[in-house]
Amino acid sequence: MAVTDAQIEYLEDMATHIREDIIIMLEKAGSGHSAGSLGTADIFSTLYFHVMKHDPKNLDWEERDRFVLSNAHICPVLYATLAEAGYYPKKEIMTLRKLGSRLQGHPHKGALPGLEASGGPLAQGLSIAAGMAMAAKIDARRSRVFCMVGDGEMNEGQVWEALMFISKNRLHNFTLIVDRNNIQIDGFTEDVMPLEPLHDKLTSFGFHVIEVDGHNIRRLIEAFEETIFEKPKVLLAHTIPGKGVDFMEFKPEWHGKPPNKEEADKAISELEQLRSLGGKITGEHE
Amino acid sequence: MSNSLNKKFHLAGNIFDSPDQVPARNGYGEGVVQAGYADENVVVLCCDLTESTRNAKFKETFPERFIEIGIAEQNMAGIAAGMAFSGKIPYISSYATFNPGRNWDQIRISICYSMANVKIMGAHAGISVGPDGATHQAMEDIAITRCLPNLKVIVPCDYWETKKAAIAIAGIESPVYMRFGREKIPVITTEKTPFQIGRADTYRDGQDVTVIACGSLVYEALVAAEKLSGDGIDLRVINCHTVKPIDEKSIIKAAKETGAIVTAEEHQVHGGLGNAVAEVVAKNSPVPMEYVAMMDRFGESGEPNELMHKFGLDSKGIIKAVKKVLRRK
Repeated sequence: MAVTDAQIEYLEDMATHIREDIIIMLEKAGSGHSAGSLGTADIFSTLYFHVMKHDPKNLDWEERDRFVLSNAHICPVLYATLAEAGYYPKKEIMTLRKLGSRLQGHPHKGALPGLEASGGPLAQGLSIAAGMAMAAKIDARRSRVFCMVGDGEMNEGQVWEALMFISKNRLHNFTLIVDRNNIQIDGFTEDVMPLEPLHDKLTSFGFHVIEVDGHNIRRLIEAFEETIFEKPKVLLAHTIPGKGVDFMEFKPEWHGKPPNKEEADKAISELEQLRSLGGKITGEHE
Repeated sequence: MSNSLNKKFHLAGNIFDSPDQVPARNGYGEGVVQAGYADENVVVLCCDLTESTRNAKFKETFPERFIEIGIAEQNMAGIAAGMAFSGKIPYISSYATFNPGRNWDQIRISICYSMANVKIMGAHAGISVGPDGATHQAMEDIAITRCLPNLKVIVPCDYWETKKAAIAIAGIESPVYMRFGREKIPVITTEKTPFQIGRADTYRDGQDVTVIACGSLVYEALVAAEKLSGDGIDLRVINCHTVKPIDEKSIIKAAKETGAIVTAEEHQVHGGLGNAVAEVVAKNSPVPMEYVAMMDRFGESGEPNELMHKFGLDSKGIIKAVKKVLRRK
């Protein structure tokens, strides 16, 4: 089904709201991961407000689609998305990382509605998501499972264990999103521990691999909708860390730090000026 | 059969004669099949060790519910958590050195932190795995599981108890770690012996010293008690199969009534049953204690009985510890 310009515009607006929430909550928290959170906002908007079948009012709905954030340190983007989707009151984003908050520094399943798994130690979410996809297959449920991993996270051996399992069991209800932003804590991924040729690696593991601009919502929707029978899918999503906030983009130092008050104000005013482009321009990756 | 054994536990009549010898892992293998019949949500995940972990029967009975993971224990723990979040009751199996050894981080976060209803089965636990040597002798698994919040830790003493525990854990909504050995060991309980998770069972009512044991050392404790009764020493023997949550009441009662405690386990002295008991005793009713355990060293290759003897993990070692603790009483 063709996606209308109005739908794209709505999703882009939502991504901007998510980015604003991220800036606000990180500034308030005083610690946390800015770059990856901002860089994936378009993907989260697309998933939760267009692609996924879910209901914030019916958390135990068995047929729901599930999303697991394996690179769980970028949870501000997930928390912001869940708040925008109505899983919990939005004012609670101000409590991120504070004593007694349901918004733990890394997600705690059971603490906050909408969290499908706990996370933090990298690669664990991917195995958990694989288990969910397997259970759905055994029960012949039509729910799909989406999982995001960071590219640096793919240094972990468990990632490849899980990929082999998903491929072996032909979990075609499974979609992996790789946040390919080329940056990890110690520098560029290709310097720290080269992943390339990543596309070929994933293909050889039995996945249908789609490279996509992680900021082009129209392309993201197309990629999510593309299906190859009996093959699990990977969206190799090229993203810009810090996307949407000019002074954060492409800067590794923003991986693990929050903006201060002044920086947050500047970021918010930048985000307010973002106008929807209706998917009319494609990213620099195409 | 000794008259001093507590009759309500219906222990085997031939304990001190020639007890049946059956590996505890057989009890797991039969128990998990029964759990599978009782609840269709029970699934088994295994890491390329189907036969030796005694999952072959489950695989044959419920092929669609048996999931071969390959040699990837970390992945297994995560997959199990995901399946548990979808209503399944996964039993995950490998050798105890790897599960919970190699996948401890995954057990901690994917399973325990999230209260995933996963049953972690540590097979070939203890030094009695023998010739494979120290690499495969899980002597630290109780320590690394006992410290995890939300996780229950069970160390059954023989075939029947392992079978009952394997069935019982399916019925509790909680992550569980259970360990059992490879070798044939004496069958000291019977089908009629009651088993309840969290309750330590006083198999022998003595007054002089209490031996609190788990796993294969429960039999050795009973043998030690029988031998010592000839010397006029009256041992109480407690089978503390649930190391966590530990039965504080029975331990405090034993400390108060017998005034000295020896713990016995096929595990390192640090972090195991002995420490769990000591925590209770120190806080509530301090009495002299001695530990029968691996004394902070790695094992080595050898026949199971040779190793148990060398490291004092037998009735002789228990008797020695009892005499020592009596001098301090």
